[in-house]
Amino acid sequence: MLLLAEQALNGLQYGMMLFLMAAGLTLVFGVMGLINLAHGSLYMIGAFACAAVAAATGSFWLGMAASLAAAAAAGAVVEMAVIRRLYARDHLDQVLATFALILFFSEGTRWVFGSFPLYLTLPSALSGAVTLPGGLQYPVFRLVIIAVGAAVALGLWLLITRTRLGIRIRAGEADREMIGALGVDIARLYTIVFALGAALAGLAGALVGSIQSVQVGMGEPVLILAFVVIVIGGIGSVKGALVGALLVGMTDTLGKALLPGLLATVMDPSSANTIGSALASMMIYILMAVILIARPQGLYGARA
Amino acid sequence: MNLKSVLMGGIAALALAVGAAEAEGVKVGMITTLSGGGAGLGVDTRDGFLLALKQAGDAGAAVELVIEDDQQKPDIAVQIADKMIQSDNVDVLTGIVWSNLAMAVVPAAVAQNRFYLSTNAAPSALAGAGCHPKYFSVSYQNDNLHEAAGAYASEAGIGKIFIMAPNYPAGQDSLAGFKRFFKGEVVNEVYTQVGQTDYAAEIAQIRASGADAVFFFLPGGMGIAFMKQYAESGVGLPLVGPAFSFSQDILPAVGDAALGVKNTAQWSKDLDNAANKAFVEGFQAEYGRLPSLYAAQAYDTANLLLSAMAKADVADADAFAGALNAAEFDSVRGKFRFGPNRHPIQDIYIREVVKEGDVLTNRIIGVAMTDRGDAYADQCQN
Repeated sequence: MLLLAEQALNGLQYGMMLFLMAAGLTLVFGVMGLINLAHGSLYMIGAFACAAVAAATGSFWLGMAASLAAAAAAGAVVEMAVIRRLYARDHLDQVLATFALILFFSEGTRWVFGSFPLYLTLPSALSGAVTLPGGLQYPVFRLVIIAVGAAVALGLWLLITRTRLGIRIRAGEADREMIGALGVDIARLYTIVFALGAALAGLAGALVGSIQSVQVGMGEPVLILAFVVIVIGGIGSVKGALVGALLVGMTDTLGKALLPGLLATVMDPSSANTIGSALASMMIYILMAVILIARPQGLYGARA
Repeated sequence: MNLKSVLMGGIAALALAVGAAEAEGVKVGMITTLSGGGAGLGVDTRDGFLLALKQAGDAGAAVELVIEDDQQKPDIAVQIADKMIQSDNVDVLTGIVWSNLAMAVVPAAVAQNRFYLSTNAAPSALAGAGCHPKYFSVSYQNDNLHEAAGAYASEAGIGKIFIMAPNYPAGQDSLAGFKRFFKGEVVNEVYTQVGQTDYAAEIAQIRASGADAVFFFLPGGMGIAFMKQYAESGVGLPLVGPAFSFSQDILPAVGDAALGVKNTAQWSKDLDNAANKAFVEGFQAEYGRLPSLYAAQAYDTANLLLSAMAKADVADADAFAGALNAAEFDSVRGKFRFGPNRHPIQDIYIREVVKEGDVLTNRIIGVAMTDRGDAYADQCQN
């Protein structure tokens, strides 16, 4: 029972991490109509900025701040220098250009930081484990990730429903020519949205880098899952990204945790693990397929 | 003299020079992992090999070395091997760290009449019925260190143990080797993905398993990620493992969480023999860090190659194979000889992670197995 609870928390933590990635991606896709493959690179930039600043200053908190700042700055620069030229082009051109950005950022990072992974040390306040009600011990930092994800979800909801910027974002989603005609500086709005999405990706990278490792190419596997999340949740919907991310995180973690154990009762551990984890990673895509059959626009998607 | 004859003369001179170099030297292709989570292992392999060549002076200069990064990907390793065999025309291949890459490269390379000297990976599939007269493992047979860990765990009185390794040939060899000599109860046997970076699900299983200790084999970046997350998890069961999980490339990143952990290896930097002293001191002087097991194995591989080059011409494959098999070189392990399947027969030690000043490293505390060969030697008919 405790094992199941711990695995559920693991799934929740994984889902929150995916949400941080998917929220930015879905905003950019929904508002700007842009497919941004380089979102994973922004995740990597956040992680490297955190590792570099934390190593230079000795402060994990400064590193976290740096991850937000560096990813947002990189996002803004990329939007103004490259992405801005792509809005009028079709999706294939966008895919090609942002794929080129992946190569550019990966090689650039390798050039600056080398091929060795970097490792972050957690501050003592966030390291170790706490005992939760019910007697379950769980690492503090993974709880922090869950809390940060929940806070970001709440913050984004407030931003989009309660602020002027949020109204503009929703308006931009609905009809970009009309809000341009009404006098909203659409170029600036797009830069802000893109930088916001980049900052969230950078934050996710720094959080994950703190418990795993910081290395070149760390963003691309996560990016694929983030796309699955926004397809499930509905493109452009932050609420959809949250629900989709939690669904994918739970399905993936519980599938990986439970399937090999179930299969091991009928076959040897090595093949049970191979088949179990293959099935578990397929479950996400099966989930996506089922949801797309029932609701082609995704769970909370506005448009078909 | 017209232009044509000058050119012809130049080409003839070049051809002579190339011909002369081929007759004397040996061309070695090193395929190893120099980027990503496994980079530390490949870098130490390369540096250990280069150090031996450098210390050998002129004899070392007769080795022409080509080094390429396999990115820990089997398909890239195969491409590099094809290029090294077909375009670079190497005589000897070496350097692969990972057993899944070795399985992709070695059978094809020896079938094309190249020697393969393994600095690390030694999957069981190449030690028994799949052995080959041109394939030599200088490191060990994959099961060895895990067998020693199993023997040690039994002796230390561990009753129930949780065992874990990545799902690839060396991981399967690891758990098979451990279970061969462990007499207690294995409460759970878990295979992780190669290159996995998040071990939350496995740590939850360890917590729920009711085991007395954990045996794990996670080389390179996998081991660092696991150890860091395990230290955060508050599980706190004692850990046992092969040297790979607590190697010199892993310890600095893991930190004090590794202190006191027992692990098994056929080499340690405090082994008392002249060759090892020259190696450890030379390595520190050259690279400014302590050598790992991988560096030691590559250093031995280079010295084995040099010893064979002194006795036979690589063009005479049978004589060269015989010279390799004699293994007349000063190993950093003290004693070293090949068994019938051209895998080492050697002692395996128990080491403990200790702190020397500020530096985490390993120290030998006992012998786990003496003159250990491997479980597959009698199946080798080639």
